[in-house]
Amino acid sequence: MAELQTHRLALDGLRCAGCVSRVEAALSGVDGVTQATVNLVDRTATIQAPASVSAGSLIAAVQAAGYDASPVQGLENIAEQQAGEERHMRTLLRRFVVAACAGIPLLLNMFFDFLPAAQEQAAIWLLIGLLTLATMLYSGRHFYIGAWRGLRHHSATMDTLIATGTGAAWLYSMVILLWPAIIPASLAGMAGHTWFDAALVIIALINLGQALEVRARGKTSESIRRLIGLQASTARVLRDQQEVDIPMAEVVVGDVIRVRPGEKVPVDGELLEGSSTVDESMLTGEPMPVRKQVGDRVVGSTINIAGSFLYTARHVGADTVLAHIIEMVKNAQASKPRIGRMVDRVAGVFVPTVLIIAVLTALIWLNFGPEPRISFALVAAMSVLMIACPCALGLATPISLVVAVGKAAEFGILIRKGEALERASKLTTVVLDKTGTITTGKPVVTDILADDPDQLLRMAAALESGSEHPLAAAILARAGDPAPLACESFQAIAGQGIGGIVAGQSLLLGNMALMMAHGIGMDDGWRDRMQALAAEAKTPMLLACDGRIMGIIAVADPIREGAQEAIAGLQAQGLKVVMLTGDMRKTAEAVAARVGIRELFAEVMPEDKDATIASLQAAGEVVGMVGDGINDAPALSRADVGFAMGAGTDVAIASADITLMRPSLDGIVVAIALSRATLRNIKQNLFGAFIYNSLGIPVAAGLLYPIAGVMLNPMLAGAAMAMSSVTVVSNANRLRLFRPEG
Amino acid sequence: MLVVNLIGIGLIALIIWWFWLYRPGNGVAAAPGQVIEVRVRDGVYEPSLIDAIAGKGISLKFTREDETACAGQVIFPELGIQKELPIGRPVVIRLVPPEPGEYAFHCQMGMYRGILRAHSG
Repeated sequence: MAELQTHRLALDGLRCAGCVSRVEAALSGVDGVTQATVNLVDRTATIQAPASVSAGSLIAAVQAAGYDASPVQGLENIAEQQAGEERHMRTLLRRFVVAACAGIPLLLNMFFDFLPAAQEQAAIWLLIGLLTLATMLYSGRHFYIGAWRGLRHHSATMDTLIATGTGAAWLYSMVILLWPAIIPASLAGMAGHTWFDAALVIIALINLGQALEVRARGKTSESIRRLIGLQASTARVLRDQQEVDIPMAEVVVGDVIRVRPGEKVPVDGELLEGSSTVDESMLTGEPMPVRKQVGDRVVGSTINIAGSFLYTARHVGADTVLAHIIEMVKNAQASKPRIGRMVDRVAGVFVPTVLIIAVLTALIWLNFGPEPRISFALVAAMSVLMIACPCALGLATPISLVVAVGKAAEFGILIRKGEALERASKLTTVVLDKTGTITTGKPVVTDILADDPDQLLRMAAALESGSEHPLAAAILARAGDPAPLACESFQAIAGQGIGGIVAGQSLLLGNMALMMAHGIGMDDGWRDRMQALAAEAKTPMLLACDGRIMGIIAVADPIREGAQEAIAGLQAQGLKVVMLTGDMRKTAEAVAARVGIRELFAEVMPEDKDATIASLQAAGEVVGMVGDGINDAPALSRADVGFAMGAGTDVAIASADITLMRPSLDGIVVAIALSRATLRNIKQNLFGAFIYNSLGIPVAAGLLYPIAGVMLNPMLAGAAMAMSSVTVVSNANRLRLFRPEG
Repeated sequence: MLVVNLIGIGLIALIIWWFWLYRPGNGVAAAPGQVIEVRVRDGVYEPSLIDAIAGKGISLKFTREDETACAGQVIFPELGIQKELPIGRPVVIRLVPPEPGEYAFHCQMGMYRGILRAHSG
């Protein structure tokens, strides 16, 4: 039998469990595939197939089923990419130094005249010209090759502008050296000046600008590097009853790994033996360490604080939570918000337009300019070519996005697409789901009103031990050890409560209707207490023993810590905050009042939640919906921006536009503030780049000459161009300093 | 001066024709399901013109050899495709041109340009 290979594909377009089976069926249908499993959580497919089955055929099968797929990539390539950037920067700096060393002496000669005049010693200047050419070809080779290849392919880039400008400067200088007679006598003086220095200095400056840009760009991806840096390098694995340190790449699913205090958890897995507290802040932004016990999930790259434990590796390599986060951040950084699309259209026609402007500029100076016309024409055309910078335009949007998405990840906020960030900045209303969003979604016992509260709790726990109701879990959790007493003849009475026999006593636990139905008398005191608890958004239950009321036990879904402050924060941002819940209006109103929400939709069935969002949108609101990402999926996707509030490091909910890895509403406030800051930054960049080009080009063309008698030196134009990209990147880098207010 | 002006105007006409109006003849023909290798080098996509059949899937394998940051992405705006191109690491993009016509692809600044031309089957 042929040896089987494992392929891993990242899937796109999966929405539901139905999609899983369709993709699995499509993959299983490919000849030779022995096993295909799709994981809806991390949206990957793992396929076992002989080596003869190519990844391409598997991807084609997924696409035929209406989804998209691509091979899952490891983490290392980002490190390679960085090494490549580093090399690129060094090359650019070397080219800068060479061109500057050659160009600066020539530039200084303009002021100090230490070289003989070109008219007197043409041979020396011809030699200088040839040396200039050699330097230009060394330091600016990439511009000339790029321009030439672009020309052959009918495309014009930055290289075209630089190559044309510097090439024209060199060619003109050589012509006046070799055939000085070409220049009419009337154009003597400045016309006799060569422009070798300009060509060299421009090439030097642009190389320097590009090197600075590469460095600044590197900073923009600092967040993703930080994430990559979180990875452990080795794991202590149990092999043949021995603990051995092995490189991460050799850790396989099923390995039992030992983690000691202070060490990094190497990969994702399940705790097998021991217990500890783990610092997950690097992934979730949650500062409080999380307690881990046998059976709990531990996540790679988090730090073990207290105890030593053994755990089983469940996800390794590109499958880990960290790898998914990195992948998501990368994808979002590469996506393009709408604001950037207009620029694309401009950039497409930019360079040929600048070439035309340069020719027109030269013609105007030649026809109407003062003497020496040729010099003026050349200077103006060169300056136009040098100053125009499509890069600043093209960079304006993506570079800010890269910084913002990375920054968000630092706060435990995962942004799926750049467009989500753009829309988040325009929200007018934020709809919060109640259960699991404003509240923790895990009810707890809040009050026990009885003469003997412990006795009441024990009796309630015994009754509830047979129930699967969420309220039962709260009571059992509160009762804790020892195990509850046995309950016989358990019965659940829908809408009222439960009943049974515990230790020979007949017990009932439920609402007032249950008591009345069983003819149990209730004085006004119990009634008042029941109503008072209900008014506090709690669920009170009466416990009756052998026909007599023993007390009340109240359960409530506690409001998340900081919810009130976060909601106030959203309101301070000018947003309307609305609560959406399936709960009874009374309970909902009580919760809303406690957290400061004035508008709410109660008693909304889960399937109607998206209709509620739609109605808000119809009223002209731009709606952000915050939910747990599982029950609210349709509402989240209906909303302009869906925020899923994560349960720690579970990136299952990555289907939402924005995922908060920390279950806290602060994340929404931060995400919206960051989105606004980002959009502002992008607008500054675009404005700056547009203004720069639309003012710079006319000035370079000599528009100021008739007014103020000044011409822009092409070298200054080159410097301005080199700095314009650096400015855009540096402005985007300011976003790295973003701190949420308050 | 007349000659100079004529040369200048001719140059402008040449720029307009060469960069905007020129329509290339035959591109590299991609059979359905075929993988076409596209190199991203020195400011251009090679090949920059690819002929495909509408409605049939093809794969374009982009290999970026160009270290310029501009080459870092390839975008097919009409097809809603946007992919990052790491240096030296081939990235396969599978796509189906939905109907006959021209589908441009370009870098994030629209200066590296190519065309996917879909013909009716």
